[in-house]
Amino acid sequence: MSRLYVARDARVAARSLDGEMMIMSGRDSTLFTLNRTATILWQAADGITPLDEIVDREICADFDVDPDVALEDAEALARDLAAHEILKISDQPITLKNAGETQ
Amino acid sequence: MPELASQLETLSLVIEVGCVPVRLNTTDPEFFHVLENRYAGFSSSSGTAEIAFDVEIVPPGTGTSAAEVEVTQRNGRWKLTRGDFHAEWEPASRRGRIRQSPRPYSIDSVLRIVHTLVLARQNGFLLHAASAIRNGKAFLFAGVSGAGKTTISRLMPADVTLLTDEISYVRKRIDGYVAFGTPFTGELEKLGENVSAPVAALYLLAKGRENRIEAISPGESVRSLLTNVLFFAREEELVRAAFHAAFEFVSRVPVFQLTFVPDSRVWELIG
Repeated sequence: MSRLYVARDARVAARSLDGEMMIMSGRDSTLFTLNRTATILWQAADGITPLDEIVDREICADFDVDPDVALEDAEALARDLAAHEILKISDQPITLKNAGETQ
Repeated sequence: MPELASQLETLSLVIEVGCVPVRLNTTDPEFFHVLENRYAGFSSSSGTAEIAFDVEIVPPGTGTSAAEVEVTQRNGRWKLTRGDFHAEWEPASRRGRIRQSPRPYSIDSVLRIVHTLVLARQNGFLLHAASAIRNGKAFLFAGVSGAGKTTISRLMPADVTLLTDEISYVRKRIDGYVAFGTPFTGELEKLGENVSAPVAALYLLAKGRENRIEAISPGESVRSLLTNVLFFAREEELVRAAFHAAFEFVSRVPVFQLTFVPDSRVWELIG
């Protein structure tokens, strides 16, 4: 199974306030409020670190959760955020060069 | 040899809201008279302007002010369109033109849109909010239609100066935020005073059975503020600017929920 890479979409605006991460789509000005695990995923989404490593390092280490379930949830979340164009996902590391070619 | 056509006189009025003077040029004396009345207290016939529009008046057609506003930008030129007006504005040359029916609502809408575009680049915004000055401080009362903006404006005691009952004008300054009076009226149909004051608080309005002020979370403050900011352009850069402006505002201005019964006692809580 191929690994999934995630990167924050540069076209969105994001701010954390009082522990709450809010993101606004620059495309249609929809406002998203991320929960704690979504915030962790968002902040770690550097395009270079595979999603399974992010889940293992940032989520499984801090939450009492089955690793397979956590990864499954994280993938679903990543695809959901990607559908709203606030996160980019790819089976290749996402660099500035290929950022526009992600799925 | 007599002139084949007489030269039409251009009439000019500078309308200044929030320290942004906008000149409107028209050859239609009736429309000029409408402008003078509509923007009394905010206008002058002379003075420099940051932006100048030539306004062409066309007979009222089938276009309606209920149609959706479209604001787009291409190659440095903004296009503002609704059923009852079409306007173009080039910020680099500071000039534009407006083609509209004689209705005052049309020019009012164009001016509101232009001000939102100007303010978006300066960390300011227009807000669906009544606002007023008391004891040298400005208070904003935000809410959607029916939340109580007109009601709380109508209940203002004599020592309170109305800035607007509908659209508040907020600019960022080095030491905080300032609210300005506007000629953009709501149901009260009363122009605000052309004065300004530092913003002391933003109240999110809700009608209830008692007068009550409650603190709300910063996240809820930002969400509510963004809900009430007037925003027409879908440009990514401006959307991001509005988002960050809301956060900046909430980080510096206290935001509360104001539940009130519709009588003047609510003003005992303000100021």
